Amino acid sequence: MQQTFEFYDALYTTMLEQYLQSGMKQKTVIQVGSATCELAAGAASVRDEFAKLIAASGRDDIILKQTGCTGRCAREPIVGVFRPDQIPIKYEQVTIDKVQKIFQEHVIAGRPVTSLVLDKKTDILYSYVATVCSSSRCRSEEMEASEDLLRRRLQALQVPAGTVRIFPGGCLGLCEDEKKGSHRTMMVLPDKVIYAFADESQLDEIIDAHFIHGRVLKKYLTHTNFITEQFFSLYGDVAFFNKQTRLTLRNSGLIDPESLGDYVRNKGYEALAKILQRNEPAYVLEQLARSGLRGRGGGGYPTGLKWQFAADNPDPVKYVICNADEGDPGAFMDRSALEGDPFIILEGMTLGAFAVGAQQGYIYVRAEYPLAIERLEKAIAVAREHQLLGANIMNSDFSFDIEIRLGAGAFVCGEETALMYSVEGKRGQPRIRPPFPTESGLWGHPTVINNVETWANVPTILLYGADWFANIGTVKSKGTKVFALAGKVINTGLVEVPMGTALRDIIYDIGGGLPPGRTLKAVQTGGPSGGCIPASAIDTQVDYDSLAAVGSIMGSGGMIILDDNDCMVATAKFFLEFTQSESCGKCVPCREGTLRMLEILERITTGHGTEEDLTKLERLGDLVKKTSLCGLGQTAPNPVLSALKNFREEFEIHVREKRCPAHKCSQLIRYEVRTDKCVGCTLCARRCPVGCISGSPKKPHTIHQAECIKCGECWSACKFDAISRD
Amino acid sequence: METKTQSLNQAILDFIDLCKTKPHADSYLIAVLHKVQQTYGYLSEEHMYEVAQRLQVPTSVVSGVATFYHFFRLQPRGKYAISVCLGTACFVKGADKILDAFRTELGIELGETSSDGLFSLEVSRCLGVCALAPVVTINDTVYSNVTVKQVPQLIDQVRHAEG
Amino acid sequence: MEKVHIVINDTPLEVDSQSTIMAAAEQLGIKIPRLCYHPQLSIEGACRICIVEVDGSKNYLPSCATQVREGMVVATNSPEIRQARRDLLELILDNHPRECQTCERDANCELQNLAYSLGVRERLFEGRRKQHPIESSSASVIRNAEKCILCRRCVRVCAEVQAVHNLSQLFRGFDTVVAPAFSAPMAESVCINCGQCINVCPVAAFLEKNSTEAVWQALADPRKHVVVQIAPSIRAAIGEGFDLEPGADMTGPTITALRRLGFDSVFDTNFGADLTVVEEATELVKRLQSGDRLPLLTSCSSGWIKFLEHFYPDLMPLASSCKSPMSMLSTLLKTYYSRIMGIPAQDIFVVGVMPCTAKKYEAERPELFTEAGLPSTDAVLTTRELVWMIKAYGIDIVHLPSGTFDTPLGFSSGAADIFGATGGVLEAALRTAAEKLTGEPLTELNFTSVRSVEGLREASIEIGGQTLQVAVANGLGNARVILDKVRSREKSYHLVEIMACPGGCIGGGGQPYPTGGRYVLDREVNRLRAAALYRIDEAKTIRKSHENPYIQKLYAEFLGEPGAELAHTLLHTHYIQREPRGI
Repeated sequence: MQQTFEFYDALYTTMLEQYLQSGMKQKTVIQVGSATCELAAGAASVRDEFAKLIAASGRDDIILKQTGCTGRCAREPIVGVFRPDQIPIKYEQVTIDKVQKIFQEHVIAGRPVTSLVLDKKTDILYSYVATVCSSSRCRSEEMEASEDLLRRRLQALQVPAGTVRIFPGGCLGLCEDEKKGSHRTMMVLPDKVIYAFADESQLDEIIDAHFIHGRVLKKYLTHTNFITEQFFSLYGDVAFFNKQTRLTLRNSGLIDPESLGDYVRNKGYEALAKILQRNEPAYVLEQLARSGLRGRGGGGYPTGLKWQFAADNPDPVKYVICNADEGDPGAFMDRSALEGDPFIILEGMTLGAFAVGAQQGYIYVRAEYPLAIERLEKAIAVAREHQLLGANIMNSDFSFDIEIRLGAGAFVCGEETALMYSVEGKRGQPRIRPPFPTESGLWGHPTVINNVETWANVPTILLYGADWFANIGTVKSKGTKVFALAGKVINTGLVEVPMGTALRDIIYDIGGGLPPGRTLKAVQTGGPSGGCIPASAIDTQVDYDSLAAVGSIMGSGGMIILDDNDCMVATAKFFLEFTQSESCGKCVPCREGTLRMLEILERITTGHGTEEDLTKLERLGDLVKKTSLCGLGQTAPNPVLSALKNFREEFEIHVREKRCPAHKCSQLIRYEVRTDKCVGCTLCARRCPVGCISGSPKKPHTIHQAECIKCGECWSACKFDAISRD
Repeated sequence: METKTQSLNQAILDFIDLCKTKPHADSYLIAVLHKVQQTYGYLSEEHMYEVAQRLQVPTSVVSGVATFYHFFRLQPRGKYAISVCLGTACFVKGADKILDAFRTELGIELGETSSDGLFSLEVSRCLGVCALAPVVTINDTVYSNVTVKQVPQLIDQVRHAEG
Repeated sequence: MEKVHIVINDTPLEVDSQSTIMAAAEQLGIKIPRLCYHPQLSIEGACRICIVEVDGSKNYLPSCATQVREGMVVATNSPEIRQARRDLLELILDNHPRECQTCERDANCELQNLAYSLGVRERLFEGRRKQHPIESSSASVIRNAEKCILCRRCVRVCAEVQAVHNLSQLFRGFDTVVAPAFSAPMAESVCINCGQCINVCPVAAFLEKNSTEAVWQALADPRKHVVVQIAPSIRAAIGEGFDLEPGADMTGPTITALRRLGFDSVFDTNFGADLTVVEEATELVKRLQSGDRLPLLTSCSSGWIKFLEHFYPDLMPLASSCKSPMSMLSTLLKTYYSRIMGIPAQDIFVVGVMPCTAKKYEAERPELFTEAGLPSTDAVLTTRELVWMIKAYGIDIVHLPSGTFDTPLGFSSGAADIFGATGGVLEAALRTAAEKLTGEPLTELNFTSVRSVEGLREASIEIGGQTLQVAVANGLGNARVILDKVRSREKSYHLVEIMACPGGCIGGGGQPYPTGGRYVLDREVNRLRAAALYRIDEAKTIRKSHENPYIQKLYAEFLGEPGAELAHTLLHTHYIQREPRGI
């Protein structure tokens, strides 16, 4: 009989007592992000400055706390000020000179600095924030949207403007089954309560009690376990977050990643306690299979099935591996997750190890992520100290430990067989599969390899149940997916959305759309293994099958927005350059073929391409795809082939007219003086670094094409629009 | 077993000894090489030879591993390693131009070290701070939203600090 | 074994469930084109030439690595596969020098043959090509990375068969190159010069250092008295260079061919072998009787000796101090022969024809030079090089009449012939040692328990009431097993024979590239070559080295007693610990 519940209770109580003793609950918390990206944006000096001010103030009811990254990258560093009596306030792009003001006005005097608030939309500070569920999953078409209903009733009941800020939330996953479809939910801040109401009159009662009289109306409170409650209670009033469904990232930006207490108080290790108490690996396997979870690393292989293979293998020695070799250029989901919530990975891996019967786990992390490594190291040490890793975990019979192994700059090590060789200390060159790792992996023993995001889903699934999880997402793609949104979009950052969310929603609702004046051209997903989805397919849902149908892949979650200034040939070349330089060199098609493809693209982008080159590109692309040894090679041609398919015209203009419509391929740009507009101011001639512009003052100038290096200095210098660029 | 060179410091030797107490000691090769590079800035042949002898991994394997992974440097690095991120986000935001600016300004090519030993120029593949692109790191400091105009300033800053 | 049913190119067949598609197709007489595959090495699956189409798989699968399964439907030669294969081969050619006609492996190159048979007739994708200088520091092995197609056979043979691990792939992707650690010159590496990399290389990325020109010049030099000795295993393999089946005994025609080439005298390394046996048996008996540390490790194989110096220097005292048969004979040629012929040693040019590339290095060892500082062996030719010379001269060796070796250094016992096969040295030594130990004539000469082409054998042999623990290892990976037991004193042996190359000298790094679709390291080829040597042994009247009358005469007239002063000075050597240390 396992005694893990007792162990967990004791752990939880200790952590809670520590927290209560710290008096954190009654104190004002200043929270500063501390992920790599935050630090790059200057978070460290901001934190130091707050520390100085707190010390100088002599106040012991102000606490400075570090967290991981919320994913709101473009506005970093982000600072949260959480006073016990106020709705949480988040400040954006806090530089050291703003610290003093925030500290004096808000922390000390209680008056938020509205001009610095995140998204700058909050010029009025509301008394309450009401987040209502606006997910289409729980309501039918004809039903009035919750936000409209609430707005209408607030007006009807004459609640003064500025009292309640209404936020249409994404799926919060908080509906109790029996109320689904019949009830609506609403979370109210700063009280952090959730109401479920069936009709208008019940809503009116809530409005009257809560917003007019300031009393929590207990009879309509719902007691559903709301997994993202903590996250939403802090960030739910920001559109960027609000539209997301944060399952794997729910703790990122919320908890102190180095604090086991924070993790445990946010349901951390409850799943493990539950599973170890039950002591039935088959149950875990069954839950995983039923949840429909598929690998988040790109392949989308059913996780439950993978685990089952490993579990069925009679070999007594087995391993689990967390693939944190996030190598896609343009992807930073894993880094953020590891830096923001390392314990969830440890718990996920421990659960997986229990299910398949592994004794040892490895986390394979890129050496380029020093902070993630440091956080993981600390988390592993703390977990060992608290008997959450090592012998007899939580006093059970189950023993398991985790070690970190560092990558060293080889993208191909994301491929599982290459990764295993690297863990074994060898050159990370893939080998032929089968045998698959679950049959013969590390040192020949069955090995389960999953990526960071997949592992992060495991505790949640086992805590809330496979059916709950399977409710989120689409028929074939369950749960959520984290994307690293970057490129030509206003809100760049980390985004976690239910599978099946339309690209449009991600780009416009969460990403805030493109910068003014720009038009969407394509969305690149799946990084160097993926493809470019043309703007015309913007209503595509993000799930494994829909993305594949439009010629791209889910990949690990990179999502780059391209606009009319991006050349698709150059973009294809960029990705191929990447895979070509990351090819391990083992098999012929990838080693030789990708270089030949790249040479063709180089010819095309420099004006030496021919029509025949396009055919060759396709022929080689098909060859590399069909004959390469591993996933890297098999997908390397994708960016080129998908660009050729969706943007063939652009390639043709490059080869036929020797022109780059996006003006990106510098050798294909031609600068000329518009003689009708040129006033002969001589500015361009003075700016030209190679002196290839001649002309007398007050007379139209001439660019000598043979010497022109296409730097564009003249074009940007001209004040009379007299230089044409074509 | 005695080896000809005895140049690795005690901390690394201790680490190797620790690895040798664990199962699959040879699997710690990459970890040991990381430690050597951390300590000495790069992997010299002498050090790699000694690692091979002490960890009992064929020298050709050590050499094969060291040259496979781009994180490992086989030449000493400048005092200030400038690394331009060429990840997708950075590329889209013009990182290639930033790289060119460093090339011109320092008069060195990629992978080279300036004659005064002060700077070396490298590229990295995505530091995962894409939202702040383009990004440049000088040793451990990350500079975000770098512009071509900033390049000479960044270099001057370092030169100034060095006197 | 469990059987499964599959369909290959519309033909149904039943095959072992463990079989690969490649092996299954061979049952139908289809040899799927291949390049990096080698039956004696691990599966690489890198060249992708052997791809096939399998129903239900979106990508083409390598038939060398894909196991069959029930109901599998395979197409090995569809139009798509043919084009893909051709394109893959073109990609290899695009990064390979266009110098077939001036290449040493012209007409004997797997890549060239494949390009021809697959019908690569155009170059669509040419572009940048890798550039590497030829690395020729080694006395034995030339590395030409520019011609390398990265099939990794050399890396595999060096690690998996020889356990030397000298070669590795360095760098990656398009820049990948096969070289010793730190791209060091071969001469400054742990290379033991065995030449197996040359043997398995499908192209000319590894070659022996060519000595033919030096020999041609010596032959043309009227001042030089050019003598040649041929190793035992040459006679059993040289025929393959002229399209004969492995195992043809070519002793007689080879002697005649050598005379036609212009050699002044033709001797037999076998004579050196008989001498080695006598000296080594004496050493063994002495050690057995004096209680010196055992086992005695044989020292004929130069590749093994260099391995010992790099990898097991602590065991050097165990090795026999006997020079190799070649060096013993060469030493005698520059001393004894020089004296009886009245030709000054500096005018004698000694050529050794060896199955071995390591012997080229051995010839350059200063410790084996004569007192006057002359090399004992002036040039070493591999079997392949001799084949080239014979072909270049236009000699029709197959139809030549038999010749006989010159005396006195051309007569040998049957014990010397079997030196060429693994276990042969041990057996030859036992024939002599047994008589020395018991003082009685030996009746059963065949020690069959140490014969076979397997890599590792151990046996207990009763001699005069004493049980001798012996072991035979060929291929250094196998040798390591024994050496580690010796080092750890886990097991006590009295006599251990070690040959660097799989199969012994008959499988040496200088032997002809196998013909008729056979592979290097093929056990069957080695078995046929060995069988030829055992037949020659059986046919001889004198089958014990110490009964060779010319050996007896040599001791009586020149050397004195076996192991005595002059014999020791001329016939024994010492070993030197070498850097870099091997692991």
